[in-house]
Amino acid sequence: MACELWLDKLNAFVDGELSAEAQRELDVHLRTCTSCAAEIAGHAQLKSAVKRAASRRYVPSAEFRRRIESQVPPRKRGTRTRFAWTWAPALGLAAAILLAAVWLARRPAGTGAATIGELVDMHAAALASANPVDVISTDQHTVKPWFEGKLPFAVDLPDLTKTEFTLLGGRVTYLGQSAGAGLLFQFRKHRLSAFVFQDRSEWRSLGAGSAPERQASFWVETWSAAGLRYFVVGDTSGANVAQLSNLMKSAADAE
Amino acid sequence: MVITSGQVTARSEAFAELALPLFDSLYNFACWLTRDRAEAEDLVQESYAKALAGFSSFETGTNFRAWMFRILRNTFLNSRSGLAATRTIVLADDEAAEAELAQVTEETPETILLEHANQHAVREAMECLPIPLREILLFADVEELSYREIAEALAIPIGTVMSKLARARKALRNQLQGKVMRT
Repeated sequence: MACELWLDKLNAFVDGELSAEAQRELDVHLRTCTSCAAEIAGHAQLKSAVKRAASRRYVPSAEFRRRIESQVPPRKRGTRTRFAWTWAPALGLAAAILLAAVWLARRPAGTGAATIGELVDMHAAALASANPVDVISTDQHTVKPWFEGKLPFAVDLPDLTKTEFTLLGGRVTYLGQSAGAGLLFQFRKHRLSAFVFQDRSEWRSLGAGSAPERQASFWVETWSAAGLRYFVVGDTSGANVAQLSNLMKSAADAE
Repeated sequence: MVITSGQVTARSEAFAELALPLFDSLYNFACWLTRDRAEAEDLVQESYAKALAGFSSFETGTNFRAWMFRILRNTFLNSRSGLAATRTIVLADDEAAEAELAQVTEETPETILLEHANQHAVREAMECLPIPLREILLFADVEELSYREIAEALAIPIGTVMSKLARARKALRNQLQGKVMRT
């Protein structure tokens, strides 16, 4: 058993957290006190046993590592343009092809289209995730207050009682560094996402509202109302996406 | 516009430079918390997203590692299994459960104990600890965070770090002792 006086300090000693002065005093004490010395040896052994047993106990898969590396940082354009001069002609051609493709596909141009792509990714990620929502509830009266204080705006949720849609829950999502609401709905075996953000000027190209459009096998409808920008994403059909969009619109109007 | 996107790029690159080297540690820690690889992946991914989004609020000069671990831990505590884990602890009365776990009946010196307890037994004993004790051992012994960093990560005072760590080690020793005596 260690001496009363030092008992409390043995942990700090093995963790290297003693002050220089206390360290010196303990060193002197250890020369004459075998029980404290044995106690410290035991503490140190336990510490290193934990380290051996628990560090790198779980190693991430290569696939997951790639996923994180592609997520962080999300934009690498800055570094690439620094070395882009030799590639300028090829890049010019690529840009021209891309522009033509964008024009031919009649997609909303610029940041709007990029936003839609990102939201489709977010919806797909939610579908693949084991925990797609942070608040799990089919009750709009639970989900709406959950967002309070987490977002700079209120999220109005539709009453789904007479529809085939069910609310699964919600989570806070981020797009271009600002927070928004991510809602997950179920329609039969399919899941649809609705996203709500504060509207931005760069999204003006998306228009105030339109019919659902197809994007990478997902249907997306977007509209803006009362300073908020809404997106509904689903893989069922354009009609379902429009239906959920209408429910969201009437919920916002009702408030 | 060009300047803005340049700044954003520079910032997210600064973030990547700080955050990516922590990937293995964060994943290991997440697995120890959740005990489930799929859940741990979600947890790590979400923590990176949150940290990147909130990187502007990170104060340079403060400890980035502690900040990242704090985000991951809070994300875990707000997740379904995190809530379930903390609820169990609360129901069992945190302090009382820990005290019971840490109650030493007959003390065997670590030297003898660890001779009998192999790596597997230490892992098992760690898994038996309640999350608040398990996480502080991971911080102190595996990540080798300083008491100050642990205090930042857990948002508790340094004095509490010390008493909690002492409790955790006692509880671990007790678990090991139980295992050694059973074998």
